[in-house]
Amino acid sequence: MRIPPKYTQMIAVAVLAGATLATLAVLLFIIGYVLNKGLPVVSFQFLFSNPEDMGRAGGIFPTLVGSVLLPLLAIAIAMPLGVGTAVYLTEYTRETRATKVIRFGTDCLAGIPSIIFGLFGFIFFVVMLQFGWSLLSGGLTLAIMILPTIIRTSEEAIRAVPHSYREVSFSLGATRWETVMKVVLPNALPGIVTGVMLGIGRCISETAAVIFTAGLALRLPRSVFDSTRTMAVHFYTLAREGISNENAYGTAAVLIIAVLLTNLAAYWLMHRFIARRTK
Amino acid sequence: MKFNREKTVERLLLTVAFSAIASLLLIALFIFKEGVPFILKVGPRDFLLSSDWSPQAGKFGIYPMIIASLWITLGAMLIGAPLGVAGAIFLNEFVPRSVMRIVKPTIELLAGIPSVVFGFIGVVVLAPLIRTHLGGPGLSVLAGAIVLGIMVLPTVISISTDAIGAVPNTYREGALALGATRWQAVHMVVLKAARSGIVASIILAMGRAVGETMAVIMVAGNALKIPHSPLDSVRTLTANIAMEMGQATGMHRQALFATGVVLFIVIMILNSIATAAVRRRIGGKGNKK
Repeated sequence: MRIPPKYTQMIAVAVLAGATLATLAVLLFIIGYVLNKGLPVVSFQFLFSNPEDMGRAGGIFPTLVGSVLLPLLAIAIAMPLGVGTAVYLTEYTRETRATKVIRFGTDCLAGIPSIIFGLFGFIFFVVMLQFGWSLLSGGLTLAIMILPTIIRTSEEAIRAVPHSYREVSFSLGATRWETVMKVVLPNALPGIVTGVMLGIGRCISETAAVIFTAGLALRLPRSVFDSTRTMAVHFYTLAREGISNENAYGTAAVLIIAVLLTNLAAYWLMHRFIARRTK
Repeated sequence: MKFNREKTVERLLLTVAFSAIASLLLIALFIFKEGVPFILKVGPRDFLLSSDWSPQAGKFGIYPMIIASLWITLGAMLIGAPLGVAGAIFLNEFVPRSVMRIVKPTIELLAGIPSVVFGFIGVVVLAPLIRTHLGGPGLSVLAGAIVLGIMVLPTVISISTDAIGAVPNTYREGALALGATRWQAVHMVVLKAARSGIVASIILAMGRAVGETMAVIMVAGNALKIPHSPLDSVRTLTANIAMEMGQATGMHRQALFATGVVLFIVIMILNSIATAAVRRRIGGKGNKK
């Protein structure tokens, strides 16, 4: 017996709608669950006081600082490299064998799992270069991890700057570099910042690459050579070792809000950018 | 003077442009330098196919972990691929653009949920459910597969949506004009045209699932044995590295890097296949939109 096309259509739509709703429901459930359990724990006191007894009591202030400093350091390293790469790919060269190699490298780097970054950061920065478990080791490792994101979004943003802008600049006698600095980059900025925000989001939520490079120290770092613990690592430690479920939920809530806000900012910027472009 | 500055800048940018590939080579170099001599010393056969992992006794066989990674990844794909592709089809073909413009970013936003949080939810919500309704320890292959299946959804949906969106509208119109229903047009025409992009999304998701660490450590239970049922507790390759890295020295540490080498190679193969699939799409059906 053959089912008439009218019915297969109805069945298909129902199944597809169900799958989509299930996906959304699960993801929203996760956020709702964590916020529901965690938000009651979060207070000004929780955010800005030091942890006591390995995190059993007290707040999460040092990990909050770690989760701000480490991504900033990673961005400070990755942004010049990433934007520079994007500028080179778009403004200084045509598609050659070299650009193919660069693109291939970027794609491969993007696919490497964070535990491999952790292994590499540990053996290279922590052990070989003797930076120890530190902000610096963690920042460098995360910088490499987010480099592909920054390169890709910057390249897209730069390519979206209309050609006529460059032509006008050249016709006024500007050199290539002057055109890049005064015309191309300012116009591509919102797009580049989108990539930066996405990179920061990834750094904040990262655990495996951070735990072996930045370490677990639960105090405020005084220099880039001090170990630091991020919120993600703190949450993992609290939950895994069963130190304090209550504080784990609180940390998770702050963590999720931080990541969602960063990503939201990225999407908002991107939309503004696209809206301006299409005007 | 001015000429000089331009040249210097160009050289500098060229150098910078190789930072990504240089990082990649550096990573490969150091992982392999630590791991490969170990594999050669122990022998690839003993390392890959022996089931005895007891670092104190100098026994390093990762076979159970390979099987564990394989089971969990395949399980995750059984859950994540159909759900994700279904979501992508639905968003592209059956809802108004305006709805898709809200739902797709929402799903991508959720890709930002840290893997430790996914893992934790797996421990406090999913594992007890499995323990009470299906038996076993709860922390298991099944729990790992479900958590990873959900975690890869944004990857599958996002890339599949792009692939389906890139199918020219004339294809759909042609099918509809021949009297096909919307669903017939989708599964007979659109999906065939978008196939390589969808395959790429699934393979990339597989790469993510194989490489995922923290969530798996938390939900898979980490028992060192070959699983006989989806309810058994297992330890994956990634979990093995992350759990023992803290205390490992000497041979033991090298063994963990050797595990990293295996992981690195598997991921590289998966990503190459995915990249090739995407390139075929772009090369083959050039007319985007």
